[in-house]
Amino acid sequence: MAQPQLKRIARKEKFGRVGKKAAPKPVVRLTAHDLAARQREISVSEFFTKNRHLLGFDSPAKALLTTVKEAVDNALDACEEAGILPDLVIEIGEISETRYRVSVQDNGPGIVKAQIPKIFGQLLYGSKFHTLRQARGQQGIGISAAGMYGQLTTGKPIRIVSKTGPTKPAHEFEIQIDTKRNQPVVVSDRERDWKDVDPSSGEKGEIAHGTRVELEIEATYKKGRHSVDGYVEQTAIANPHARVAYTAPDGERREYPRVAEHLPRAPLEIKPHPHGIELGILLKMLHETKARNIGSFLHTEFSRVSSPVAEEIAKAAGLSPSMSPHKAAREQAEALYTAIQAAKLMAPQSNVLSPIGEELLLEGLRKQVTADFYAATSRSPAVYRGNPFLVEAALAYGGGHLPADELMTLLRFANRVPLLYQQSACAVTKSVVQTTWKTYGIQQARGALPSAPMVLMVHIASVWVPFTSESKEAVASYPEIMKEIRLALQDVGRKLGLYIRRGLREADAEKKRSYIEKYIPHIGIALQEILGIDDKRKEKVCATLKDTLERSRKNE
Amino acid sequence: MSESVVPKIKREAKGVEESILKRKKPSLRFPIRSLANVRYLEKEGYFEIRGRKKERTLTVNTVKTFAQTLRMMALSKTLVETDDIATKREAYYVSKNWDEARFLEQTESDTVMDDVEALFEVNREQLGFVPEEKGGDVAGNLIVIDKDPNTGKTIQIDCTKFGSGAYSIPISVEDLGFETKAKFILVIETAGMFQRLVKHGYWKTANCVLVSMGGVPTRACRRFIRRLADVKKIPVYVFVDGDPYGISNIYRTFKVGSGNAAHINEFFCVPQARFLGITPQDIIDYKLPTHPLKEVDVKRAKDALKNDPFFLHHKEWAKAIEHLVSMGVRAEQQALAAHGLNYVIDKYLPQKIAHPEKFLP
Repeated sequence: MAQPQLKRIARKEKFGRVGKKAAPKPVVRLTAHDLAARQREISVSEFFTKNRHLLGFDSPAKALLTTVKEAVDNALDACEEAGILPDLVIEIGEISETRYRVSVQDNGPGIVKAQIPKIFGQLLYGSKFHTLRQARGQQGIGISAAGMYGQLTTGKPIRIVSKTGPTKPAHEFEIQIDTKRNQPVVVSDRERDWKDVDPSSGEKGEIAHGTRVELEIEATYKKGRHSVDGYVEQTAIANPHARVAYTAPDGERREYPRVAEHLPRAPLEIKPHPHGIELGILLKMLHETKARNIGSFLHTEFSRVSSPVAEEIAKAAGLSPSMSPHKAAREQAEALYTAIQAAKLMAPQSNVLSPIGEELLLEGLRKQVTADFYAATSRSPAVYRGNPFLVEAALAYGGGHLPADELMTLLRFANRVPLLYQQSACAVTKSVVQTTWKTYGIQQARGALPSAPMVLMVHIASVWVPFTSESKEAVASYPEIMKEIRLALQDVGRKLGLYIRRGLREADAEKKRSYIEKYIPHIGIALQEILGIDDKRKEKVCATLKDTLERSRKNE
Repeated sequence: MSESVVPKIKREAKGVEESILKRKKPSLRFPIRSLANVRYLEKEGYFEIRGRKKERTLTVNTVKTFAQTLRMMALSKTLVETDDIATKREAYYVSKNWDEARFLEQTESDTVMDDVEALFEVNREQLGFVPEEKGGDVAGNLIVIDKDPNTGKTIQIDCTKFGSGAYSIPISVEDLGFETKAKFILVIETAGMFQRLVKHGYWKTANCVLVSMGGVPTRACRRFIRRLADVKKIPVYVFVDGDPYGISNIYRTFKVGSGNAAHINEFFCVPQARFLGITPQDIIDYKLPTHPLKEVDVKRAKDALKNDPFFLHHKEWAKAIEHLVSMGVRAEQQALAAHGLNYVIDKYLPQKIAHPEKFLP
C-alpha cells in the first residue's frame, strides 16, 4: 500500500541529484494549472500517518501504551453501555525488543459482523463523536489509528474476534486500512469456534460474548509509572467495577480484582447546550438538520431551548422562526449565533454524568496503595462552555510504603481514563501546584508539587473533556474547571490537615509524657546527692512532682 | 570569694525540694548574662551586673534542663567536698553516666555550667570546674612565687630564665606572690609579636613584663595581671590589632570584663589597663599597610558604639571607633614589619611608651 508513495520519493531523489554539477537552471514558474494538477484531497488517514504524534504514537514506548489504552477504552465503554460488569484480559507478548503483540479481550456485547471492518479499519468512524455523553472514547480515531500504526510499522493487519451471543458464531477478521481512501480492507474473514480463557473464571472454555483485538506493533517496553504497567494499575483504581488480568511482556501476571459489584450509573446522552457551540458548528448543524424551520431547529437540536425561547432567539436575530434552516445565509447564521449567546438559558442538565463516587474512590485507592490515611470527595456537577462536568479527588497519605521526602504522586483521570503524559501542561497539575498545601501541614516548594508520602488522584468526568490535543494527555485549563479542581483539592486537603494535626498533637503529648517519665528520676537523684535524703523521701519527691506536672499538662 | 559554695548549693536544693513537696512548681532564678544587664562603674573600673534575672520554672518543657542543672549542682558539691577538679570536658563526660539526662554536646554542658556559676555568683573554679585552656605566656623581669604541688615548699620562678620560651600562667592564680622591679606590663594580643619581643630581649631594654594573651584573654590571665598590677602598683599597657575585634572584644574584656561573666567581672578585670595601640590614628601616623574592614567588623564596631556601656562612657573611644569605621580599614600588629622587622622595637614601642598620657583609656 505504501508502494506508490515510495516510488514518488524515489523519483524526487533522482531529480534532486541532477542539480549538483549542472549550471543553475532558470527558475521555472508554474501555472495555476500545474498547481491544480498537484492539489488533491488529503485523506484523514494520510494526514495522521504523517502526524502520528498527534494521536500519541510519537515514541515506541508511548506507542505501546497508546495501543493498549485505545483497546481498553473501547472494551470498557462497550461493556458499560451494554450493562455488563467488565472482565478484561490484557496480554502483551514480546516478539523482539522492538516488536510486540498486544491483545485485549473483553466480555462485552460483541460487534455486529457488518460493523467490524469500519470500526477497526476507518478513522473517524464511531458511535461517540456525534453524541454528547460521558465516555472514554470521543472521536472514533483511537483503535483504528493503532491498527494503522501497526500496519505501518510491521505490515501486519489488525485481528479481531467478536461474538454477540452464546448461540451466535464468532467472527474473525483481519483488517487493513487503505490510508489513501480511509477505507477498511478486509484481508480475511471467517466464522470460527471461540474457545479461550474465560476472563471471569480464568479457565479455557467457550466464550459466550465479547471481543478480542490483536495487534502487532513496533514498540519498546519500559517499566514504571509512565508505562503500560502504570496505566493498567491506574485503570483498575479508577474502574473499581472492572476485573483486569494483565500479562506484562516479561511474563509477569497481575490480577486486579473487582472492588464494586455493580456498574456505575449509566451516563446519559444530551444534546449540546447552545452556549457551548461555535459558529462553524452552528453552520454545519443548520446545514444538516432535519428540522423544517429555525424554531424547531433550535428546540430539537439543542438542550434547554423551549419553543417560546426558540422563537425569542429567532426574533432577536431578526429572523422569522418559520424560515427554513437550510436557507439561512452566513450573515443570518452569525446573527443567530449572537442572539444565542445573548439569550438567557438554563444551565445544561448535570445529572447526566457518572461519577466514581467517594466510597469507590476510597475503595479503589485502598486496593492499590498502602497508606495510613485516605480521603475522598466527589463534587457536584458544574458547567464550562455549556458542557456539564464534575471533579472528584482522593488521596492516600502516610504509612511506611510511600516515600516521605520525595514529591507526591499525582494520578490524573479523565472519564476514568488515566492520563500518563504531559503532566505539567494539565489543568489538574496546575491546580495542585497552585493549592497551598502548607495550610494542611504538608511541605511544598514554590511552583512545585507538594513533598509528602502521598498519592493524590483527580478525576474529571464530562460529556466532553477538553483535552489540549488529540492524544488526550492533558486537560485544558478552563477557569471553571480549574476552580472546581481547586475546591475538590481543598476539600480533601482539609480532611488531611485535620488528620496530620491530630497526629502532631498526639506525638507532642506523647513526647511530653515521656519527658516527665524520663527526667523526673534525675531530679530525685540530684536532690538526694545534694541533700542526703533517704530513698523513701526521694520517691515521695518524684511521685509528687510527677503528679504536679501531669496535672498541669492536662490543664494546658 | 572564698566562702564555700556547698551551703549555697544545699540552700537552693532545699528550696526546690520544699516547693515540690508543697505541690508547687519549683523555680530557679538566674541572673541574665549579657551586656544589656551590666553597668559600667567608672571609679571601680569594671562592668557590674544589674539585678535583672530570669526565672526558670520546672514545667513539662523545662524538666530536662532543670534535671541537668540540679545534677550539675550535685557534681559540683561532690568536687568541692572531695577537693577535686573537673575540666569542662570532663564534666561533659561525667554526664554520660546520667542516662537520659546526659549531654549530647559539650556546648550544652558548658551552658548549664555557666548558669550554675551565675546562679551562685561564683567563679567556676570555686565550683570545682576548670577550663581547658591555659592562661597565657609571661616573660621578663618578674619572679613568681608559687608552691610545689607535691611538697608544698615555696618555689621562685624567674621569668627571665625561660630563654626563648615563656612561663605559663596557671589556672588558679589566687595564691601566687610576685617580686619585680619592672616599670610596666606590656600585654600583647598575638603570640607572633610576643615571640619577636622575647627573642630580641625587649623586656631587658624596656625593663618590663611581657604577657601574651593569644586572643581574648582567659579569666586566669586577667586575674594574674590584675593581681600583679595591684600588688606591685605598676601600669598595664595593652598592644593589640587595630580592628574592632582587638578593641571591643579583647581590650574591653581585658579591662572591664564581659557580659557573659558579668557576675564575676569585679575580680576578672584589669581596670588600670591603658590602650597603647594599634590606634586608628597610628594607621595614619605610621603609614601602616591595611586591609579593608569586613562586614562583621563594621557590624561589631557599630554594635559597640550602640550597646557597649564602656564605649558609651568613653567619648574618646567612640570617636576612635567612628574614625576607624570611616576609614573602612584595619591594621594588624605585624603591619609594622612593613617598615623593617624590628621597627616595632626600635621605633614604635619606644615612641609610644614615652607618652603614656596619650594612650586611650
